[in-house]
Amino acid sequence: MKKSDTGLKKRISEPVKRVDGPLKIKGEAKFVDDYIFDDVLHAVTVRSEKPRAKIKSIKIPPLPLGYFIVDKNDVPGKNRVKMILDDMPFFAEDVVNYVGEPILLVVGPDLEKVYEIASRVKIEYENLPPILSIEEALTSNKPPIYGEDNLFGDYYFEKGDLDSCFKKADLVIEDEYRTGYQEHIYLEPQGMLGVYENGRVAVYGSMQCPYYVKNALVEALGWPEDKVRVVATTTGGGFGGKEEYPSLIAGHVALAAIKTKKPVKLIFDRKEDIEVTTKRHPSLIKFRTALDDNHNIIGMDVDIILDGGAYAGLSTVVLQRAMFAATGVYRIPNVRVRGRVVATNKVPSGAFRGFGAPQAFFAIEMHMHHLAQKLGVDPLEFKLKHALKKGDYTSTGGLIRSEVKLQEMVEIIDSMSRYRDKYRKFKKEREKLRGIGISLFFHGCGFTGKGEEIIKGKVKLRKRRDGKVEILVANVDMGQGPLTTLRKIVSHTLDVPLDDVIYENPDTDRVPDSGPTVASRTVMIVGGLLERAARELRERWNEAPELEVSRVYKHPEYIRWNQERMEGDAYPEYSWGANVVEVEVDPITYEVEVKGIWAVYDIGVAIDERIIKGQIEGGIVQGLAYALMEKMEMKNGKILHNTLTDYIIPTSKDFPKIESRLVENPYKYGPFGAKCAGELPFVGAAPAVCAAIQHALGIPVKKIPVTPEDIMDLEERGSED
Amino acid sequence: MKIRFVLNHKEVEIDVDPLKRLLDVLREDFALKGVKEGCGEGECGACAVLVNGKLMNSCLIPVAQVDGKEVLTIEGYKNTKKYKIIEEAFLEAGAVQCGFCTPGMVMAIEALLSQNPSPEESDVREALSGNLCRCTGYNMIVDAVLLAARKGKGLW
Repeated sequence: MKKSDTGLKKRISEPVKRVDGPLKIKGEAKFVDDYIFDDVLHAVTVRSEKPRAKIKSIKIPPLPLGYFIVDKNDVPGKNRVKMILDDMPFFAEDVVNYVGEPILLVVGPDLEKVYEIASRVKIEYENLPPILSIEEALTSNKPPIYGEDNLFGDYYFEKGDLDSCFKKADLVIEDEYRTGYQEHIYLEPQGMLGVYENGRVAVYGSMQCPYYVKNALVEALGWPEDKVRVVATTTGGGFGGKEEYPSLIAGHVALAAIKTKKPVKLIFDRKEDIEVTTKRHPSLIKFRTALDDNHNIIGMDVDIILDGGAYAGLSTVVLQRAMFAATGVYRIPNVRVRGRVVATNKVPSGAFRGFGAPQAFFAIEMHMHHLAQKLGVDPLEFKLKHALKKGDYTSTGGLIRSEVKLQEMVEIIDSMSRYRDKYRKFKKEREKLRGIGISLFFHGCGFTGKGEEIIKGKVKLRKRRDGKVEILVANVDMGQGPLTTLRKIVSHTLDVPLDDVIYENPDTDRVPDSGPTVASRTVMIVGGLLERAARELRERWNEAPELEVSRVYKHPEYIRWNQERMEGDAYPEYSWGANVVEVEVDPITYEVEVKGIWAVYDIGVAIDERIIKGQIEGGIVQGLAYALMEKMEMKNGKILHNTLTDYIIPTSKDFPKIESRLVENPYKYGPFGAKCAGELPFVGAAPAVCAAIQHALGIPVKKIPVTPEDIMDLEERGSED
Repeated sequence: MKIRFVLNHKEVEIDVDPLKRLLDVLREDFALKGVKEGCGEGECGACAVLVNGKLMNSCLIPVAQVDGKEVLTIEGYKNTKKYKIIEEAFLEAGAVQCGFCTPGMVMAIEALLSQNPSPEESDVREALSGNLCRCTGYNMIVDAVLLAARKGKGLW
């Protein structure tokens, strides 16, 4: 077999130049809107203007030749987007459940004409009473949107004997935390292109999960699987926003292409993208915590409520990840966690980097700070005293099998940031509002519970006649780097040059279902399968000029999980992190200036340190913005912050440099020891900056985003403690 | 209406609605797909081009406004020595992830370095503040610009 030129193998973590870099920098990478078809038709969606209503009538203006309407009557199979509960229609039937819900498409050759026709479609509604908040969902008498209790999910798990804890507790402290919406703002808005040819339909588009899209199309069309093809185009950012949502609009363009027998393009503008695509779930999280007279937490009762919006989507799974993060990185002997996700007449909430964990980690970290403050002890030492170690059990009773390096990570971050010194110093000097905060966190790697076993991801490696090796997987590079990192895993395992490993954007006609590009699973799970396949290919290299090797996922044997009782190993492994953020709060404007950001992570082993640095930097900035600036409000179910002028994301001027480090801790089943990395950096940022603000002001922060207006409000009300 | 301008160093003429956005003229009439639409309201900079050397968001400009002017897009810039320096610096600093903001970012960097060949970090942050990136958190792009300025000394 071909050996790499030098014969000296480089460390896998050593950065290489991104394989997809040059084309992207030159502007030659093709995103979905960059494909040129001569006879393409444009689709525009006519949407509900009401949060909840019966559709009484739809009046369509006369259509010029070559223009079409596509609606519920054009769905030959099931008019439901295949997800978990399959409750969301491709096109509304007799009722609408949120402002922006798709009712029909207008399709035709001239985009302006299509818009004009769409604006003249008249829909007559009969209003129904909308449920517009978590509170209303739980307490009002309005008819439920989903089921009888209006809950997409209602789960519960328990460890130990919580009730007796509260009886013998020395102190019981209760807290309540809220988090708001967050919009992904991937720079490339969502878009799809449908093509109908010879009895088959192909959909090209910006997406994270080609097989989610394919399965949804098969069900909508009622066609055999081999009549449906899905191709991911270069995807300009996803962050979870292109996990489940693309299935809906892929259905739209497929149905339109079949009806019109022409290629049909549907590209969102930014306003439409913000108004109708999924967002991070708003949450309300309550704690009731029992402590003994040695300042030990003996029990914790957590109640999590997420706002799911009008349709279930992935909400039940987001909720479960939030529940399994509810007690943070801490060893709590007696635990009860209840989680509910309510249906409301608002745009559906969905997957977003962290997937429920950011809400839970904001809440638990702020709660731990508050407990320490109440007890008059140092928050960091209080946290460390309760931190999980190897051999401990998680809240679901899962055994921590690997070494936990939190203590070491805290010492490193303390020396980088001088956290402990500054914590004491800032507390004394009160003339300037300076503060420093620390967060400790983990991220469960891969799917929750039995997810990976259910999906059974499959990968293929093909040795070609020209000696090159092709990776055949369904995973998408949306910026996070697998076109480079998965190639590295295969090239290092086979000991062939990186250029000899081919990996194209996935096309379901060519690649097996290796599962979706989500849950920070691509490197650890899919990369792990590729490493094993590459080992086999290496063994068999001389068997034939062309060879194909495949691998199917099998859960490591040690994993025990009871989904019914939510008991056991919620994840196969965890990655860990510590963040420190230093702030200065302006005493007049209450603006928060972030003065320093430090981060230490244990992600096992980095497959490429530069790509990981990109994940760290991007994740932290997105997380700080979630805490400080990204505010989205609604009125009567309509989003008020629906443009980039109103919904503010960070610019190059908002945050300073980030100092980050990695602690190696190889995971036996990960490729080259790698664990999960993509979501983890997002998770710890919000609690660290909020702890810093709390430190600066001496007042607990209980809600994000925390804007200057909120801080002024906090200051004026003063501390209730 | 007939509009004449210099596009990527070549004289062009087009008969077009004078109010059509320059962005659409570039993408649709000239198939220059490196110019991206990220927001359509001048907030994100993905559609940034140089008009007479000045950085502009092409989504905000009616095409009539470039009549008689010089327009430079990534397509007209990518074969230059300066571009190559920026590309190398981007790869070395890890400044590209999803790539959607990148061509506009490159044009903003050319606009900066042509005015200020040795910028400080704060100059770079100011110059890029009209170009949004959701992947990188900006620091690695800022590093790339400082690196390009160093490596391309004398070019700008």
